[in-house]
Amino acid sequence: MLKSLQAKHSELSKTEKQLEILSGGIFKEGSMPTFSDKIKSVGQFPLRPKKIEILQLNVGYMCNQVCAHCHVDAGPDRKEIMTVETMQQCLEVIKNTGVHTLDLTGGAPEMNPNFRWFVEEASKLGVQDFIVRSNLTIILANKKYNDLPEFFAKHNIHVISSLPYYKREKTDKQRGDGVFDKSIEALQMLNKVGYGMPDSRLKLDLVYNPSGAFLPTDQQALENDFKKALKEDFDVEFNSLFAITNLPISRFLDYLISSDNYEDYMYALVEAFNPNAVANVMCTNTISVSYDGWLYDCDFNQMLGLKVASAEKHISQFNEESLTDRTILISQHCYGCTAGAGSSCQGTVA
Amino acid sequence: MEKTYYDPADLKKFGKISDWNEELGEKFFDYYGKVFEEGSLSAREKSLIALAVSHAVQCPYCIDAYTGDGLKRGITKEEMMEAVHVAAAIRGGATLVHSVQMMNKYDKLSM
Repeated sequence: MLKSLQAKHSELSKTEKQLEILSGGIFKEGSMPTFSDKIKSVGQFPLRPKKIEILQLNVGYMCNQVCAHCHVDAGPDRKEIMTVETMQQCLEVIKNTGVHTLDLTGGAPEMNPNFRWFVEEASKLGVQDFIVRSNLTIILANKKYNDLPEFFAKHNIHVISSLPYYKREKTDKQRGDGVFDKSIEALQMLNKVGYGMPDSRLKLDLVYNPSGAFLPTDQQALENDFKKALKEDFDVEFNSLFAITNLPISRFLDYLISSDNYEDYMYALVEAFNPNAVANVMCTNTISVSYDGWLYDCDFNQMLGLKVASAEKHISQFNEESLTDRTILISQHCYGCTAGAGSSCQGTVA
Repeated sequence: MEKTYYDPADLKKFGKISDWNEELGEKFFDYYGKVFEEGSLSAREKSLIALAVSHAVQCPYCIDAYTGDGLKRGITKEEMMEAVHVAAAIRGGATLVHSVQMMNKYDKLSM
């Protein structure tokens, strides 16, 4: 199995190095506009949040997979895990704010030893949409995870899962050998308890992200292709497909640089800049919380170590008012969320 | 002067052809955009045709552009290669069908 950039002691595992690359080269020379210049040119600078509606918790970087594009640099060798104490602080915030969506991500969130306890506690608080981003293969990784579909159903969890493609070759190339077959089996298990089935209350959405240095195409067209192929080939059903653009950070940045695609990819992102996507980027209504409780504008800024520009930066000091008043931190990776129809954890935004 | 005739970076400058003739350049790009919209043929089918034609006219810029476009659209490498074989078959056929002219001329000139 592949190792994380951190375990390989890669220079790119350092956030400062990534930020240096994103600010240097073509952007420093001026051959391409920086993201701040670009949004200034369309009157949308500085980027400000609206109401905080989504709390996205990264409950740990440990994962049973090592995906080639992973922006978290997650894997079995990552030991960062959210503690019960931090989870309790998150529960307090959910209780006392207007957050209506709770979004658990990782790593594989299910690998956090306190995952089930947290889901049980949080689901008592009545959030409207309780999302778990499951990589699917975790359900089959160990006996103790086999009942996850029933556990999710019991708590009315909205399951969102990555499946880069409806064919084996592309999926396994990005996510590892054997991942496609296991993912299909896991999807069938989820369907069996009602997930993604017509007229079921249990929602199962899939995430597509390109397996290479290119941008996603039309989300609806992809959803149609996925639905047809997965139904015909594997009798698998799901609700919606979210097309997500790969952001040039962490392992995907490493891939772009080592395959000599970095400049062309950044050019494609800048070229596809859509001013209409800027108003609805996810950092405008989301707060991302790291395993150790720090607050970020989004999961990508979390991986770049860019804590919120607010006096209170930790979940234990969560202050909705000052967070709503902050300026969102940006760099050139933000072009990934404003390209084409835009991109967010909930798919396109424009 | 450049030491090679083709520079991949030139593809990004395609739009600059309008700098020297704005009217015709704009008309061309409007037409180009319209051609590739969904119509009786899907945008996906048009992308595959474009890829095949790119090979037939041996345009390296177009090959780069429509390989990338095909990947975006989820066109498989098998579909791409089949499309290129269609182009190759037509080019090969176009050469060979001229041999009928050669045969006719040969027969006419021969006793």
